[in-house]
Amino acid sequence: MFQARIHGRGGQGVVTAAELLSVAAFRSGHHAQAFPSFGSERTGAPVVAYCRISDAPIRTREPVVAPDALIVQDVTLLRQVDVTSGLRSGGYLLINTARDPVDLALPLPAEVLLATVPATELAVTHIGRPVPNVALLGGFAALTGLIGLEALAAAIADRFPPQLAAGNEAAARAAFAAVEDPEVRHATAD
Amino acid sequence: MNERVRFYQTGSFAVRNRLLPVVDASVQSDPGRSNAITSGHRACQGCGEALGARYALDAAMRAADGRVVAVNATGCLEVFSTPYPETSWQIPWLHSLFGNAPAVASGVAAALRVRGREDIRVVAQAGDGGTVDIGMGPLSGMFERNDDVLFICYDNEAYMNTGVQRSGATPPGARTMTTQAVGPHPGAPFGQGKDLPRIAMAHEIPYVATATVADLRDLEAKVTTAMALRGARYLHVLVPCPLGWGTPGHDTIRVARLATESGLFPVFEAHHGEITTVTPIRRRVPVTDYLRVQKRYAHLFGDPPATAEIARIQEQADRTIRRYGITEVTV
Amino acid sequence: MRQQIEGSQAVARTVAACRPQVICAYPISPQTHIVETLSRLVQSGALTGCEYLNVDSEFAAMSAAIGASAAGARTYTATASQGLLYMVEAVYNASGLGLPIVMTVANRAIGAPINIWNDHSDAMSQRDSGWIQLYAEDNQHAADLHVQAYRLAEEVSLPVMVCMDGFILTHAVEEVEVPDAEQVDAFLPPYDPRQVLDPDEPVSIGAMVGPEAFLEVRYLAHLRQMQALATIPRIAADFAAVTGRHRDGLVSRYRMEDADLVVVALGSVLGTLKDTVDSLRDEGLPVGVLGITSFRPFPLAAVGEALAHTSRVLVLEKSLAVGIGGAVSSNVRTALAARPVPTTTVIAGLGGRPILRSSLDTVIRGTLAGEVPDLFFLDLKTDLVEREVARMRAARRSGPAAENILRDVAGVGDPHAVGRPR
Repeated sequence: MFQARIHGRGGQGVVTAAELLSVAAFRSGHHAQAFPSFGSERTGAPVVAYCRISDAPIRTREPVVAPDALIVQDVTLLRQVDVTSGLRSGGYLLINTARDPVDLALPLPAEVLLATVPATELAVTHIGRPVPNVALLGGFAALTGLIGLEALAAAIADRFPPQLAAGNEAAARAAFAAVEDPEVRHATAD
Repeated sequence: MNERVRFYQTGSFAVRNRLLPVVDASVQSDPGRSNAITSGHRACQGCGEALGARYALDAAMRAADGRVVAVNATGCLEVFSTPYPETSWQIPWLHSLFGNAPAVASGVAAALRVRGREDIRVVAQAGDGGTVDIGMGPLSGMFERNDDVLFICYDNEAYMNTGVQRSGATPPGARTMTTQAVGPHPGAPFGQGKDLPRIAMAHEIPYVATATVADLRDLEAKVTTAMALRGARYLHVLVPCPLGWGTPGHDTIRVARLATESGLFPVFEAHHGEITTVTPIRRRVPVTDYLRVQKRYAHLFGDPPATAEIARIQEQADRTIRRYGITEVTV
Repeated sequence: MRQQIEGSQAVARTVAACRPQVICAYPISPQTHIVETLSRLVQSGALTGCEYLNVDSEFAAMSAAIGASAAGARTYTATASQGLLYMVEAVYNASGLGLPIVMTVANRAIGAPINIWNDHSDAMSQRDSGWIQLYAEDNQHAADLHVQAYRLAEEVSLPVMVCMDGFILTHAVEEVEVPDAEQVDAFLPPYDPRQVLDPDEPVSIGAMVGPEAFLEVRYLAHLRQMQALATIPRIAADFAAVTGRHRDGLVSRYRMEDADLVVVALGSVLGTLKDTVDSLRDEGLPVGVLGITSFRPFPLAAVGEALAHTSRVLVLEKSLAVGIGGAVSSNVRTALAARPVPTTTVIAGLGGRPILRSSLDTVIRGTLAGEVPDLFFLDLKTDLVEREVARMRAARRSGPAAENILRDVAGVGDPHAVGRPR
C-alpha cells in the first residue's frame, strides 16, 4: 500500500488534490481511498488530506501517519507544521516552490527523493488562478511514477468544467515535464 | 330539504336566518355539513375553541369539497377530541407534537403535492401556546416557504390544557397560574407578549386574518376566503376559555364580542402583508366592560381598584383602534 | 457502476435511486454533502417526483418527514450530532407513530465541548428511541444499507436510521458501486403505507392513549423490532440476489475461528480492526472481530452465538455512557448472560481522536494478557486530565475545564493564572 499525505492551506484545493489522486489511481486499476483531515478550517488555515493506493481493497481508516509520499502545496508550511513527520526513508517529497530543492536545506530521512515545482506559477499561467493543487499532481506523477498522466487527465476531466479542466491539465502536464527533468529531483543521502 | 334539522351545538331547531338568501346561509345551517369535529367530544361547557374549530373546519370542508386533512398540535383541542379509542374527527387527522404542527402540515402538503393530490387541502391547528410560543419557529418556516397550509390558531390567551399558565399571548394584567394575582404587580406583566397576526403579516404570506367566536359567520367567511387561496395562510381566532378566563360557560360569545367592541382584539384581513379589511365595532365599550366579567382580571377591581393598570389596558385598546383605523358603526 | 466517489455522494445517489418523494433538509456537518447532492439532483430534474423542503431546523425536518410519511410519501432526511438531538422529540414520535422514514445519521460527537468530528454519541443517545439502527462499515455498505433500510422500514412500518461515521465515511472518496434505479426497483416495491391520511378513508393518527392501552402499543413496537431480527437477514439475502453484494444483515464475523479474544465494534473502525487482527493472526494470536450492523434491534442471539466459544471479549466503543462506561458493552454482556466471559470496554475515537492501528494492536495484546482494566480509555492523555484535576483541587474558581485543557495542549502560559478572572 502506498500512502500519500498532502499539506496545504484552506482554499488551495488540498482535499480536491487527494480526491483527484485517488480517482487517477482508481482509473489506473488500483484501489484507492482519499480523505481529508476533517476540520472546520477556513481559508488560509493549514489543511491535510490523505490518499492511499493499493492493489488490494483498503480497509484501514486511520490517518496516514507514515507516508510514502508528501505533497506540500504551500512552502510556508515548512516553518509552521511538522510536514515531514513519519515520512519513510526512500519516500517522496514534492514541494510547491520555484526554489532549488537543495536550497531548502530540509532535515529529511535517508534516500528521500525530493523535488520542487513552481506549481502556483504554472497554475497562474494555465488557469489564471493561483491554485496549485492539480499542477502538483502532475509533478507527483512524474516523481513517483505511481499514476499515469493520462489517468490524471481523465480524473481532471471528470472533476472540472471543460475550460478549467483544460487549464488544469495543461498545468499538470507542465509540472510533469518539469519534475521529469532529472535536474529538479534531488535524492537525499544520509 | 324540508325535514327539520337538529342544530348540533345548541339542541335547538334553528336552521338559519330565514331572511337571508340560501347562498348566504351559514355552513353550520346546512344539514349536509360535514361535522368534521362531531359531537361527543370532551371539551368543557362553553369552550370557545371547540366552537371555533367546528365552524372553521366545516367551512374548510365545504370549501374543499370534503377533502381536508387536519394536523393538530398538542393542546386542549387534541386532548378533548380524541379520548382513546374515541375520536371526534370525521376527517383524516394527525397529531404529532406540541411544537411541530406547522412543519408536520408542511410535510403533509409536500406529500400531497408530489402525489398529485393537491385537491386535498391541509389545515393545521394549534392553541396560542402551540402557535406563538413553542411552535413559532416551524410556523415561521412554513410561512416563509409559503407552503400550502391554512394554519389556524385558536387563541385563548394561555396554556389552558396544562391548567392555565401564561403564554406569549397572555394579555397584561391577566391572572394565570404562573402570573398570579399577588404582590405589587399582580397578573401578567405589562409590556410583554407577542402579536402573531402582525408577525405573520411580516412574512407577506397570501392571507392573514383574525376572527372571534362572537361572529361565527365572519369566521366561516374568512375560512372560505383562505381556502380559495393557495400558499401559507394564517387565521387567528379569539376563543374565550371559561375555565381560564373565569367566565360562565354561557358567556363565551358575549366575552368574545366585548373583546372586539372594547378595541382590544382587532378583527381584520390582510393580503400579502397589507391590511385589506377591518371590521368596524358595532358599539364601542370601555375595556372595563370586558375586564370586569372575567375573574382573571378580578384583582384589578378590588378596593381600591387598580386604576393605573386599567388605564394602561384602555390605552392599549385605544392604540389598537388607531393602528387599524377601526371605526364605529353608527346605526 | 463501480466508481471512485465521496461517501456522501454515493449515499445521496443511492437515496435518489430509492425514489424518495419528500426530502427534508437542514444543514449540519458532516451530513451536509448528502442533502446538497440531493438538492442538486432534484433541482436539475435528475430526480423527479420529489419535493425537496428546506426546513428551518432539524426539529422541523423530522416533523415534516412525519407529516409527509403519514400522507403516504416515501420520505428521507439526514442529520448528525446536535441536529439529531434537536429533533429528538420528533424522532421518538416518528417511531411511536410507526412511520417508515429513513434517515442518515452522519455520526458526530455531541457538545459541550462543541466538536464536529466523528464518534457515535449522537446515534447511541437514540438507541432506545424505537428506531431501527444500522451501522455502516464502509461506503459501499452505507449505500447498500440505505436501499435495504427503505425495504425494511416499509415492511415493518418502523423508521430506520442508517448510521455512517461522519467525515471518516461521509467525506472519504473510495470505490462504491452505487445501486442504480433498475436494481433498486427490482428490490424495493413502491411504498404501500399501513396507515395514510386519506379523505376517502379518514383515520385519526396520534390520539391520546391512556394507561389502559399504552403498554400494549409500546409492546407492539418492541414486537415489531423483534420481528425485524428475522426480516433484516432475509432482506440482506434478497439484496444480494439482486446486486451480488452480500453482507450479513445483523452481525459480521471476521476470523472468528478458534478466537480466544473477539473484538466487538460498530462502523468504520471495523476496517482498521480487521487489518490489525490480520497482523496479530500472522503472529499466531487467536483474535477475531465481530461487527454489529444492526444495533437496534440488538441481535442478542446472533451475538451470543458468535461469542459462544471465545474466552474474552473486547468491546470497542465510540461513545461514552458517562457514569458507567459503554452502552454497546452493556448490550453485549446481556447477549453473554448465559455464559459470561470477561468483557473489556474500550472507549476510543471520541470527538474524532484517530483510532490508530498501533493503539489497537497494543490494547488487544494487553487484553489477551489480562492487563487491561474492565473500562479503558484508548490513548487517553492522563497528564492533561491530572493537570486539570490538580487545578480544580487547588482553586474553587478554576475556570472552564475544556479551555484550560486546550491551553495545556497548546502549551500556552500558565492556564491556571490566565483562566482566573481578576
